[in-house]
Amino acid sequence: MTLTHQLVADEITLAYGDRLVVDELALEVAPGRITAIVGANGCGKSTLLRALARLLSPKSGQVVLDGVELNSRPTKEVARLIGLLPQSPIAPEGIVVADLVGRGRHPHQGLFARWSRADDEAVAAALDATGIADLADRSVDELSGGQRQRVWIAMALAQQTDILLLDEPTTFLDVAHQIEVLDLLADLNRARGTTIVMVLHDLNLASRYADEIVAVCRGRVHALGEPGVVVTAELVSEVFGLDSEVIADPLTGKPLVLPRGRHHVS
Amino acid sequence: MTATTLRAGRVHRRQRNALLIAGLCVALLGVVAVTLMVGNTFYSPDEVLRVLLGEQVPGASFTVGELRLPRVVLGMLAGLAFGMAGITFQTMLRNPLASPDIIGISTGASAAAVVGIVVLSLDETAVSFLALAGALVTATAIYGLSWRRGFAGARLILIGIGVAAMLHSVVSYVLTRAAAWDIQAALQWLAGSLNGASWERVAPLALATLVLAPLLVSRRRDLDALRLGDDAAAALGVRLRPTRLLLILAAVALIAFATAAAGPIAFVAFMAGPIAARITASGASLLVPAALVGALLVVAGDLVGQFALGTRYPVGVVTGLIGAPYLVYLLVRSNRSGASL
Repeated sequence: MTLTHQLVADEITLAYGDRLVVDELALEVAPGRITAIVGANGCGKSTLLRALARLLSPKSGQVVLDGVELNSRPTKEVARLIGLLPQSPIAPEGIVVADLVGRGRHPHQGLFARWSRADDEAVAAALDATGIADLADRSVDELSGGQRQRVWIAMALAQQTDILLLDEPTTFLDVAHQIEVLDLLADLNRARGTTIVMVLHDLNLASRYADEIVAVCRGRVHALGEPGVVVTAELVSEVFGLDSEVIADPLTGKPLVLPRGRHHVS
Repeated sequence: MTATTLRAGRVHRRQRNALLIAGLCVALLGVVAVTLMVGNTFYSPDEVLRVLLGEQVPGASFTVGELRLPRVVLGMLAGLAFGMAGITFQTMLRNPLASPDIIGISTGASAAAVVGIVVLSLDETAVSFLALAGALVTATAIYGLSWRRGFAGARLILIGIGVAAMLHSVVSYVLTRAAAWDIQAALQWLAGSLNGASWERVAPLALATLVLAPLLVSRRRDLDALRLGDDAAAALGVRLRPTRLLLILAAVALIAFATAAAGPIAFVAFMAGPIAARITASGASLLVPAALVGALLVVAGDLVGQFALGTRYPVGVVTGLIGAPYLVYLLVRSNRSGASL
């Protein structure tokens, strides 16, 4: 995976019906790095991610992959380059882990093609990378939330894409599992140079794990850059309307947001 | 984890599944064989076999060849079509309630057929065509009504249930105004019955099944991907709109042809998929198992309806007896868990 792919949003406007969600937003995804999209509820984060994954066509502007408009490329071809973990995917009842992860091979298989050695190897590698090899024959229904999230990430890994988009991969997970999932994504980024773009709610985790922060506010990019530069008390106030203090994380030196609130603060 | 151990597990599950499909085929053939032998006159397996091979057997050639064989073939094909169309809808909309007989498509065929029999006094062939048109028009209407800023499965199901209720009242209204003789014919049709099956009635359904079933089976991987949710399927490279349109068209056409030929045999489309899902190994496509379960339900149901209950009942009464409690069970279960199905 030495090739790095360029994913660019070129002045895109996104809307559901008449409701404008993203307004002429421009963004170049940093190849080979981890980007976190942050912002208040309803600011258009997930909508932006869906557009980057070609699940939503822009009303104006375009999403461009390696110089070619995303929607003009065959969708299966795009699926070999861009993987997506949606917010709430559905596991078919009774499916075992290995089979669900195997679904990630869909874009690599033709209409009548048989399951190949390469498919098995990709699934095995994905199970190993996410540390769920021993669960391969278990039913997904029996797994805990954290294990299940790892299964979905494994499915996206089996897709073997250079770009991986994730919509809130840590929701519904306890703090230990949140860290585990983010560590896993960081490993992936380091080991294979996979470009990762994720929507995250937790500013502190975003600051710690992302190379780039994209702060979205009212459908536009409000600020963009390294966490140390971007994540400030002003930004938190402007984007979230929250009064806070930002200090250096004693463990990492990255920004750490301490919300003020109305209670318990001296 | 090595690819080899992974492969072993996958092959094991696939073999289990092949075994299941073989088992269903054997069961189906068994019921078909019994159906061909049993009746007012009993014919031995030997006689039945000779008829099937084209020999002239006094008595048996007519009873088995002209009466029982078309009947059982019609039952098999209708069950196959119902099962396949049902599981296609249920999978695509990810809801066991989304089967075409619940969301009004079969009711559309029924309403058209009843109007054809009672109001227009059409003959059997014309009624079949009208039923076909009724199913297609209803499906288009439901799809059109549920399309608002895109496609939503839950909306389609609710609108479909509403449309089904409306069409049921159309059926009731027309029946209250009908002459006694027409009511007999209409009720017979509405119950879903294999009575009076003939090769002329089997032919259009056979042709439709021959084209549409392989088409659906060829799209089974897309259908499998759609089970993960629309976003996940699209991210895996499924072209949502054309795929959905193709699947809906094929499934509606199957339901329409089957209903036109055998009437709306109650709950077969609705039950076949979930039964197949319960007995199939993980990850396998449900299309073929559901089709076989559907065929088995109709053929076995007809056998029970004809000979096990004292009086002869149409097959739809038997499948309805099994299906209705299952529908209640599904609703109770979904209410209890407070979640969607």
